[in-house]
Amino acid sequence: MGKVVVVTSGKGGVGKTTTTAALGAALAREGKEVVVVDFDVGLRNLDLMMGAERRVVYDLINVVQSDAKLPQALIRDKRLESLWLLPASQTRDKDALNEAGVASVISQLRKRFDWIICDSPAGIERGAILAMRHADIAVIVTNPEISSVRDSDRIIGMLDSKTERVENGEHVDKHLLVERYDPARVARGEMLGLDDVIDLLAIPLLGVIPESEEVLRASNLGAPVTISNPSGAAARAFADAARRLAGEEVEMIIPSEKKRLFGGLFGGRAA
Amino acid sequence: MRLFSMLKKRGSAPVAHERLKIMLAHQRAFAGRSDLVVVLREEILAAIGRHVAVEPDKVQVAMKCDSAVSTLKIDIEILASTEAPLLVGS
Repeated sequence: MGKVVVVTSGKGGVGKTTTTAALGAALAREGKEVVVVDFDVGLRNLDLMMGAERRVVYDLINVVQSDAKLPQALIRDKRLESLWLLPASQTRDKDALNEAGVASVISQLRKRFDWIICDSPAGIERGAILAMRHADIAVIVTNPEISSVRDSDRIIGMLDSKTERVENGEHVDKHLLVERYDPARVARGEMLGLDDVIDLLAIPLLGVIPESEEVLRASNLGAPVTISNPSGAAARAFADAARRLAGEEVEMIIPSEKKRLFGGLFGGRAA
Repeated sequence: MRLFSMLKKRGSAPVAHERLKIMLAHQRAFAGRSDLVVVLREEILAAIGRHVAVEPDKVQVAMKCDSAVSTLKIDIEILASTEAPLLVGS
């Protein structure tokens, strides 16, 4: 039985879709059968991140409403044969998703894949709740920024009350993924530090993704960053996070400032 | 190190951290409790109703949440003629 992961955040624009694509590709590179599922009905983007926007015929809504069979909607990645995409609909809205239909799709996916990674829409409404509903594991994407941290805390509260596992007396494993982390700004006291964010949200850290140009480049190219530039710092941080998700012990690398000794002595202020 | 921490204090991150600490404590206390006022109103009504006759629509419960303190305002109108059966300890 596959594991269901929800990538969620509350706030929009923090990196959920990038993360879904990057973690999915990283797990597939390890030889696992992976499907990434777009729950952002009406505003789908995961197809773009995966470079599959021109291959979408059927989508999640068609399957949920029994207009198409699941295998008809699944799109196989052209680079990694164990990586699949289940796209969202661009023309419908989130009301087209129903709970029983989503439950049925997830249960079919569990039988076929090792990992089912659900890209949640932003917000705390129906779409976000349906995306987290069947999760075994949650990856909470947070930027070191005040509104993102507040929204993440809200989402953590919802994961503890609105999920199927919690209703059955179990719990959802929650992991914090801090993204767009800029060590130079943290050193100058301009950005919340990692300790601050962990202290405030009080869930275990899955990884820290440094602010990086590679991420935008990957989205321009339509490739998960773990495929487009696997040796880059952001991709390595995502790949390490994926291995931790799979239960491996991987040393945590906290991005740090690259500077000369003198720079360090003078508090890291750029000349 | 000393120089480092002094520079850190000047940044805006500690302010963000403090603001978040207060905000999250508040959010956690009231998250998912949007029905809190309704529940309180019913329970207050039941408790008072055991001793005095009150009309349900004469009980007002309101909650006001500020960053540091939250206040609960309860307004109960008791009919003059029903004050008699207030028997403490019966």
